[in-house]
Amino acid sequence: MSSVSLQNLEISYGNVAIVKSLDLTIQDGEFLVLLGPSGCGKSTLLSAIGGLVDVSGGRILFNDKDVTWADPKDRGIGMVFQSYALYPTMSVERNLSFGLRIAGIDRATIDKKVKWAAELLQITHLLDRKPSALSGGQRQRVAIGRALVRDADIFLFDEPLSNLDAKLRAELRLEIKKLHKTLKSTMIYVTHDQIEALTLADRIAVMKDGIIQQLDTPLNVYNKPANEFVGSFLGSPAMNKVEGQLVADGDRLVFTAGDFRLDASHYPFAQKVEGGRKAVLGLRPEHILPAKGDAQAIEGKVSLIEPMGSSILAWSNFDGVSLSHLVGQDDGCEADRTFPVTIDVQKASFFDVETGWRL
Amino acid sequence: MGAELSRHVKRNLVAYIALLPMAIVVIFAYLGTMAWSVRLSFSSSKLLPRYDFVGADQYLTLFDTPRWLTSLGNLAVIAFFFLLICFLLGTLLAIFIDQNVRAESLFRTVFLYPYAMSFVVAGLIWQWILNPDLGIQHTMHGFGFTDFVLDWVVNSEMVLYAVILATVWHGAGLVMALILAGLRGVDTEIWRATRIDGIPAWRVYVSIVLPMLRPMIITSLVLLSISIVKMYDVVVAMTNGGPGTASEVPAKFIMDNLFERANIGLATAASTVMLVTVLLVMAPVIYSQYFRKSGRAS
Amino acid sequence: MMSQAKSANASKRPLTYQEVWGRIGIYTFLGLLALFFLLPLYVMLVTSFKSMDEVRLGLIFSLPQHFSLDAWVKAWTSACTGLDCTGLQVGFGNSVKILVPSVVFSILFGALNGYALSFWKVKGANVLFACLLLGSFVPYQVFIYPLVRFYAQTGIYGSLPAIVITHIIFGMPVMTLLFRNYYSGLPVELFKAARIDGAGFWKIFISIVLPMSVPIAIVAVIMQVTAIWNDFLLGLVFAGRDNLPMTVQLNNIVNTTTGERAYNVNMAATVLTSLVPLTVYLVSGRWFVRGIASGAVKG
Repeated sequence: MSSVSLQNLEISYGNVAIVKSLDLTIQDGEFLVLLGPSGCGKSTLLSAIGGLVDVSGGRILFNDKDVTWADPKDRGIGMVFQSYALYPTMSVERNLSFGLRIAGIDRATIDKKVKWAAELLQITHLLDRKPSALSGGQRQRVAIGRALVRDADIFLFDEPLSNLDAKLRAELRLEIKKLHKTLKSTMIYVTHDQIEALTLADRIAVMKDGIIQQLDTPLNVYNKPANEFVGSFLGSPAMNKVEGQLVADGDRLVFTAGDFRLDASHYPFAQKVEGGRKAVLGLRPEHILPAKGDAQAIEGKVSLIEPMGSSILAWSNFDGVSLSHLVGQDDGCEADRTFPVTIDVQKASFFDVETGWRL
Repeated sequence: MGAELSRHVKRNLVAYIALLPMAIVVIFAYLGTMAWSVRLSFSSSKLLPRYDFVGADQYLTLFDTPRWLTSLGNLAVIAFFFLLICFLLGTLLAIFIDQNVRAESLFRTVFLYPYAMSFVVAGLIWQWILNPDLGIQHTMHGFGFTDFVLDWVVNSEMVLYAVILATVWHGAGLVMALILAGLRGVDTEIWRATRIDGIPAWRVYVSIVLPMLRPMIITSLVLLSISIVKMYDVVVAMTNGGPGTASEVPAKFIMDNLFERANIGLATAASTVMLVTVLLVMAPVIYSQYFRKSGRAS
Repeated sequence: MMSQAKSANASKRPLTYQEVWGRIGIYTFLGLLALFFLLPLYVMLVTSFKSMDEVRLGLIFSLPQHFSLDAWVKAWTSACTGLDCTGLQVGFGNSVKILVPSVVFSILFGALNGYALSFWKVKGANVLFACLLLGSFVPYQVFIYPLVRFYAQTGIYGSLPAIVITHIIFGMPVMTLLFRNYYSGLPVELFKAARIDGAGFWKIFISIVLPMSVPIAIVAVIMQVTAIWNDFLLGLVFAGRDNLPMTVQLNNIVNTTTGERAYNVNMAATVLTSLVPLTVYLVSGRWFVRGIASGAVKG
């Protein structure tokens, strides 16, 4: 059991700063997901926590113990890699036991641990095979098993599911979640897949350019994105963005963009906003609902519909602003016809035009 | 910074120790010997090294030595014809073999086997074949063509072409193997596209495929060039520099002055000239080939 | 493969006149050149099976009328270099003595250097490696004299260790390059996983990296066996009188005989000297080509 604390961490390759003065505390037993586009520094950060990359400043603490310069093997971590990184010349059993053998642990204990991990991951029948004789999903199970047998306090996952097909990915995602429930270990998980992040995490840290943009629960990150980047990085289909102005209309604030108007008086502003401020409206497609005889409904002209299976994504024009919105299969939305909707402004987001931060 | 550096070294100490032999070899066997050779070229060393300083005297003497000038001229002639013929012949062989011929692997084996043989062997065997009293000329005379003359190895006008013949025989297969490997790597769809466009095959080779094989072509030219500069064994075995000095080459000039003529100063001056030439030519090639798109290790 | 794509069409319909002539042209070109390339080997073989009388009277390209192994026996057991008439077997033995340790150690150093260069961060290592590569392009003549002096100072000049060390030195650039490029192609995550498993520098090298190196080690063996066996210059300078390799002895036998030249013996000796690299070449096939290619280009 371990907590992890990163203090003022800096990582750079030559003159290029990969991670910039980063502070992050991960609770004991927490499942933290580092989410971001490729090149945002999330994998480098994970490698630094594992001791595989030298940091150029700051400290890494495990349980208040400084491990900034400790050897990887002395940190009590297990790590799972995207490419599985199984030792190709060794059998599955030897892959699992390699670390324990190096540590000089006695044969009986090794066998017990390997057996336990293999059973937990249902790979007992594969123990004698070479990695080349395994499927992608089986290889990843072995890779997870290798981390398990180490009795690690902290598990590091570096995009472990990215090389798998969609079905296996869903299956192993569930497996990892169960594992976390069983072991109650601290887990740090790097991914660029928002579904993995949202389903697995206790908290998500969204990263961009080596800086954490937002650190919060999956729901909050999704519903109350801290800035424009987070808002558009999460969510599929993507968030609509409309640039406009917040103007005072009596005692109410109204968002306007050309002829498009949206009453913002029920929006929970985080700060006092004066009329006349330029802002970007962020609206998720599922927050524009088909109007069922509501008074505040606005009419849009549907230009294109994309059936997505369970629902339909419609692109409509509202007073000169094009927005995508989700409609049900039976709502009777057709291209080139008008369609009434209501916009749930409490679930919308407003961002500052200049800084991109949430208002 | 100092603390950081020492921490880095400490974490990777074993790696530093493991690279020690390589460091020693580079610093002493390569750089050290180079420096020593260059140093001696500015001394008056004869049989034994002397550490006086005579300026550029050795270089002036060197470029006043007919044998050295001959060997430089010879090297230029050999380099030009050898590179040209080897490259053209090797490329043609590769393209012809690539025409889906039967017994392809047999042809490949035949064209490349000389490359596996020693230069000494290449020199000896062509010396025999071109020997007027034994080889082709003798055979033609035996058939009654008594006017037939093929005396390259003993004719100071033609002896260089005998050397070129032997080295082309030795090296053309290398070009063939590399170009053929390159041809096999060309995307099938490129061939399909050119067929749809109706481009004749020879045009495709000249305008599309060979430019794509640039790395292979550079590689083979680099390998051939190295073998020219180092050319020694084949000349020693084939002509021993003769007749007279007609097939003298720089590497042999240096060896003779080092070990037979006891003129170390002159030999090291000559080797310095070769060193500088090679560095000037090779440094950019090495840089672009090996370091521009350097691996993740750096 | 493109040749299959091209041929797929050709085989389905009868060939046109033009194509028939094209095929004839291709096979004529390749056939004639094959004859040119095979000519030396043919001459050496037929001559080596002739008696000296037949060589003197007959023609070099004709087949032997009386098949005889005498020249081969003589070349192997009693051909003379100067006054010493013990045959090529001495040179063969010397070449083997030089070859085995030189190949083993140069490959070990190449693997170790390549591993340290591609997986470990050692400051200045890439500069060293660049110098090493550059050194491989420099003619041996630049290094030879200082090395001779150095060996003379340490008292090993003209001995087996001297020539073995020399081969290790001059084999290091290409061996290091070969292994470095191979290891750069291995996933770096493998190395990270081993670090987390607690393996150190040597443990990773021996347990994980070396067992994965078999394919490239085969290429390395082929390259080094061929190169060291065929070496002439280094053997001549460094091996010393008692350890002269086969190539040097061959040249001495052929080029220093007085009186009538025994061409049949000389040619048998030449074939004998070529047997080891030729066998390696014929057995290794495409691995040989792979060695040539990977020795010079990245990847």
